[in-house]
Amino acid sequence: MNPREARALGIDVGSTTTKLCAVDGQGRRAWQAIEPTEPRIQEQARRMLAGALAAGVPPGLSLLATGYGRKLVPEARTALTEIGCHARGVHRELGRGGTLIDIGGQDTKVIAVGDDGKVQNFAMNDKCAAGTGRFLEVTAARLRVPLDQMAALALSAQEEVSISSTCTVFAESEIVSLIARGTEVPAIVRGLLRALVRRVGALARATGLRPPLMLSGGVARNEAVQRLLAEELGLSVTLPGEPQLMGAYGAALFALELQSQPPSGQSGMSSA
Amino acid sequence: MSLLSSIAYRLNVDLIGKAVLRLSRRRSERALRRRGEPPGPLAPPLFCSPQLKELISRHYLRGRYANGHRPVAWVTSGGPIEHLQALGYFLIYPENHGAVCGIRRTAQELCQVAEEAGFSRDICSYARTDIGSVLSGRTPVGRLPRPDLLVCCTNICQTVLYWYQVLAYHFQVPLVLIDTPFLYRPAEPHAVSYVRQQIEEAIPVMERVARRPLSPARLERVLAESKQAVELWMQVLERGKARPSPILAFDEFIHMAPIVEMRGEPDTTAYYRVLLSELDRRVAAGVGALREERRRLIWDNLPIWYRVRPLSDYLASRGVALVASSYTNAWGELAPLMDPRQPLDSLARVYLHPILNRSTGDKLRTLSRMVQEYQASGVLLHSDRSCKPYSVGQMDQRERLGRELSVPALLLEADHNDPRSFSEEQVASRLEAFLEVVLS
Repeated sequence: MNPREARALGIDVGSTTTKLCAVDGQGRRAWQAIEPTEPRIQEQARRMLAGALAAGVPPGLSLLATGYGRKLVPEARTALTEIGCHARGVHRELGRGGTLIDIGGQDTKVIAVGDDGKVQNFAMNDKCAAGTGRFLEVTAARLRVPLDQMAALALSAQEEVSISSTCTVFAESEIVSLIARGTEVPAIVRGLLRALVRRVGALARATGLRPPLMLSGGVARNEAVQRLLAEELGLSVTLPGEPQLMGAYGAALFALELQSQPPSGQSGMSSA
Repeated sequence: MSLLSSIAYRLNVDLIGKAVLRLSRRRSERALRRRGEPPGPLAPPLFCSPQLKELISRHYLRGRYANGHRPVAWVTSGGPIEHLQALGYFLIYPENHGAVCGIRRTAQELCQVAEEAGFSRDICSYARTDIGSVLSGRTPVGRLPRPDLLVCCTNICQTVLYWYQVLAYHFQVPLVLIDTPFLYRPAEPHAVSYVRQQIEEAIPVMERVARRPLSPARLERVLAESKQAVELWMQVLERGKARPSPILAFDEFIHMAPIVEMRGEPDTTAYYRVLLSELDRRVAAGVGALREERRRLIWDNLPIWYRVRPLSDYLASRGVALVASSYTNAWGELAPLMDPRQPLDSLARVYLHPILNRSTGDKLRTLSRMVQEYQASGVLLHSDRSCKPYSVGQMDQRERLGRELSVPALLLEADHNDPRSFSEEQVASRLEAFLEVVLS
């Protein structure tokens, strides 16, 4: 990775973390940064861009924004939803289409990616936060378990309790009663991850699974989620190098493509 | 019926109201002509729009002065109304009134009135809007006439059964119930005769409340008028097959008011003739409802009444035309079943077959056929928290549309009348992502 070779940038302002990625002329990742999303998105984006320049990324590069805060990045030439960007990033990284599950902070998406990297269809979680990263954040906080230790705890569990509710609020009260009954924390954690994975699995099956099963988004780094999801869907899971970064990477790839085209010919993509 | 009420009706509706509404329509028509080409992606509004406004305003004005002058019936949207029309009833459709409250953004406060009275938020928002309006007396249309009779038909859902019992208890008026068996296949003869018998039994009640006998000749006339209006409405909808489409489903959501609540009246038939000829002129001149129609989509389920305009503007800005909806289609597709020479049998058949009384498989086939006929490249499935019978099966619809027709479909979670069940940001992001797929 050489930041000086960077030719385009993508920023993914997610509900939990903000990711910035630079690509070189061949679309290879040249530089990247990940930070927790702050309430003042514009300022944060500006600061992260300045950080990229300080690291050696050339100034004046084309920038494309994605993620729920994408419209709050005035420096971006255009904005696209994270669905297209994740598909693009993962397709480039893994070199093929299939079913991509992106478990983000507040949305879970199941994306049917064509062999050309284009989104053929997608489905998202319904309105509540069930089956998203927020479910894990809230329940981990209730159990006083750091998020990054959840996977290890779940995998070390000797038993597993059944959490019947995927509703974040109801799951919290289930946890309270489980703790009161003296249930071991690892068993609860494993039950929580199972509940999340069942929810995501149902969404994936409703979309029509086509192997390979690919994962992206922050939750994808959780090894227990990878393993339970593979069990749930009966398919092995393929991961890109940096699953959390795929939205920003895809955005940077689109930015690179746009850079080489005149503004009027945006290959069917339209700015948001 | 009282003489004083009749004088007030004639004076306020037939003399003053009629003249004022006509004047207001002419003023709007002149303004439309003067305005010329508006900026933006939408074509100029239909020239007959002021006429529609006049028709709807006159309907509610009539309602305002109806008590004491004419018998008044409140009816479910799928209810058989031809007998009531023939008996001179003035008809109120609480669901249509609910939609007006939704468009005028008063539905939420009316729902809250109902909730404070103990009605759960899980009940349909039309029912809560109506009950809230009844309890508080508040309505954006001035005043709703008190019902003398309630007619409830279960061909759209089971909620209406309980909703109308609440109304019957509140108003202490007779309730006529028409129960329609759910159809997994086209109606069997015994189902038709079951519904026919209920209509027959309802007639004496309707006559008693109206204090007049039903004239068979008049019923036949009303049914013929109703059939004609429904056929014209279907033709209006079919003009959406033209490329570019001269009309959007968003327009249809508004222009459908007369076919729902004024079916069987000559003014309704006359209005749809005018609308159809204007659409024909647009088609002949190649004028679309959008200046640039890049893609065509189909809508499933009720509209999101409090978001019709923003949604229409957003899709228009992306060159996406909503060319048809299974909802507006529901008031046109049954025209062939209507037969004025066999009023009772044909009414029983018509009111057994609305889309909400047919199996999920049939709903799927209807939508697939529409996708093909209207050459749509995607479907927006409104998963309506308040209309479970309409929303059930949409997951399968999405899957089958993708698998069998390679047409992507988006499930949009919302509620037709309660904005508290609508998440702006989530709907916007899903819609934007869907348009990226459809437009690529």
